[in-house]
Amino acid sequence: MPESLISARGLTKKFGDFTAVDGIDFDVAKGESFGLLGPNGAGKSTTMRIIAATSRRTSGTISILGRDPEEHGPQVRAHLGVVPQQDNLDTELTVTENLYIYGRYFGLSKKFVNKKVEELLAFAQLEEKKDVKVEALSGGMKRRLTIARALVSEPDILMLDEPTTGLDPQARHILWDRLFRLKEDGVTLIITTHFMDEAEQLCDRLVVMDKGKIMAEGSPAELIKQYATREVLEVRFGSDRNKEVAPILREMCDRIEELPDRILLYVEDGEALLEKIVAKKLHPNTSLVRRSSLEDVFLRLTGRSLIE
Amino acid sequence: MRSAVQIADARANKPGHQIYAGRARAIIERASIALRSSTWVPIATGFIEPVLYLLAFGYGMGTLIGDISTSAGSIDYTVFIAPGLLATSAMNGAIYDSTWNVFFKLNESKLYQGMLATPLGPLDVALGEIIWALFRGLSYSIAFMLITAPLGLVPSWSALLAIPAAVLIAFGFASFGMAITSYFKTYQQMGLIQIVLLPMFLFSGSLYPISVYPDWLEFTIKLLPTWHGIELIRDIWFGVIDFSSFSHLIYFLVMIVLGLFFTTRRLRDLFMR
Ligand SMILES: Nc1ncnc2c1ncn2[C@@H]1O[C@H](COP(=O)(O)OP(=O)(O)OP(=O)(O)O)[C@@H](O)[C@H]1O
Ligand SMILES: [Mg+2]
Repeated sequence: MPESLISARGLTKKFGDFTAVDGIDFDVAKGESFGLLGPNGAGKSTTMRIIAATSRRTSGTISILGRDPEEHGPQVRAHLGVVPQQDNLDTELTVTENLYIYGRYFGLSKKFVNKKVEELLAFAQLEEKKDVKVEALSGGMKRRLTIARALVSEPDILMLDEPTTGLDPQARHILWDRLFRLKEDGVTLIITTHFMDEAEQLCDRLVVMDKGKIMAEGSPAELIKQYATREVLEVRFGSDRNKEVAPILREMCDRIEELPDRILLYVEDGEALLEKIVAKKLHPNTSLVRRSSLEDVFLRLTGRSLIE
Repeated sequence: MRSAVQIADARANKPGHQIYAGRARAIIERASIALRSSTWVPIATGFIEPVLYLLAFGYGMGTLIGDISTSAGSIDYTVFIAPGLLATSAMNGAIYDSTWNVFFKLNESKLYQGMLATPLGPLDVALGEIIWALFRGLSYSIAFMLITAPLGLVPSWSALLAIPAAVLIAFGFASFGMAITSYFKTYQQMGLIQIVLLPMFLFSGSLYPISVYPDWLEFTIKLLPTWHGIELIRDIWFGVIDFSSFSHLIYFLVMIVLGLFFTTRRLRDLFMR
């Protein structure tokens, strides 16, 4: 195991009687890009805030670069760049001013920050908007600015809480590209998301969370290998007939998931199974063979779809 | 060039480093940048109010009233109300930024959340915002002084000491104002501040000595910060510094400390729980 940058044991957070994070263990290595994947309310943001030393855990331990955020909050925060789930840019200031003043909050010199701001404007492709108030930016631009702002202090760890939610596909790809570049520079990334393609793209390793607990852990490929088959055959018979044919199909594959609108059949070879089904004169209205994804892992682990 | 980590580590063993990074000036710098693009209308009205009182009461009603007798002897009515109105300028200025502006930042924008995700602590934010608010109190009182001096309402050079005293008063009001605001959740509650402030100002001896009241009311008024502020400035204005002047000073010191304490605690509870 390489040097562990973050290490949590039995980490728990309660809000009154409600347990938002329920005794989770995880480690993040230096330079790694680590993902928290899970549906709404899983406890991802709460976990992020505890790591970021802006929320106090109820019990358990956590150390960030060997430090307890409870005792060394400011020192921990000095290492981090934080991109919260909802942008909290300074709406009274312009793009440039937002970047500048954030650096000043860290105590960095004017000279250093001014130089850094130029660099970050280019990084976020916001040079043309540099003197515009942030309210006038599009959602994607605000997100890029929030990420750029988190980098002004040259953090070792970048915390990204759903970095691309609400962005169009093109904006997402631009962001992913920026994040890859940071990873190449050795920045440790901690990312939450409920997009499995994003998790597959960005994360070296991830944990699947649900209801405050960690359900599984591993690289995207490992998880798929462990919790799903190589391929999935999706068939639709129409909502009435789905129920009828499901028992027959169950006999023909490793595992089956009945969703309201379709049936998922987990097998090594999807095409072969489809041929067998057709041979039995069960003609699905539509069919699709695809590779298993993290979505399937999630379905297996929780019995629920990731995006409901 | 020190890195963010080195800067934070240097303070790691200082007492209170969890709540204070020693960088309230960064918050003040932010406020000064934001000021450049803000509207000037509400700023001007806050200053004009006491000047209007001076004109209406001093030069309007004052001509009917003539002189009034005080502990400093018999003085012209306009001269009597001038120091009280200077104190009011300082309070108005301090209240302006520390209540409505802070309320907006707490509830509408997530500004403090962003600040507190950095190594800054809640005391940096509280102190920075409060000092910024008191600047406005200071500038209002200087402006008021500049208006009253040529009118012959400032009796001596020593009355200039009213300015540092106004800073103290503004500090107290800003500190307390932000503390109270941080506990308010709705616009209705914020409206209360306005409703309480006007009578506090009107009845605290700015326009006439409170000796006209029955004892119980006089006693009640003497508990209010407005009365202490007005009396402090008036003592300095007329050069009658005595034990009671010091009691006013102490009153404001306590107010500053309490306000900072509760604001800091509240910010921590809101954004770092
Ligand atoms: N400040 C709070 N007070 C009370 N309950 C809270 C608070 N913050 C979060 N919760 C609860 O804790 C649970 C986990 O919330 P959290 O924001 O961590 O979820 P999440 O995984 O980030 O979800 P999403 O994908 O919707 O962002 C939710 O049920 C939420 O209602
Ligand atoms: Mg969340």
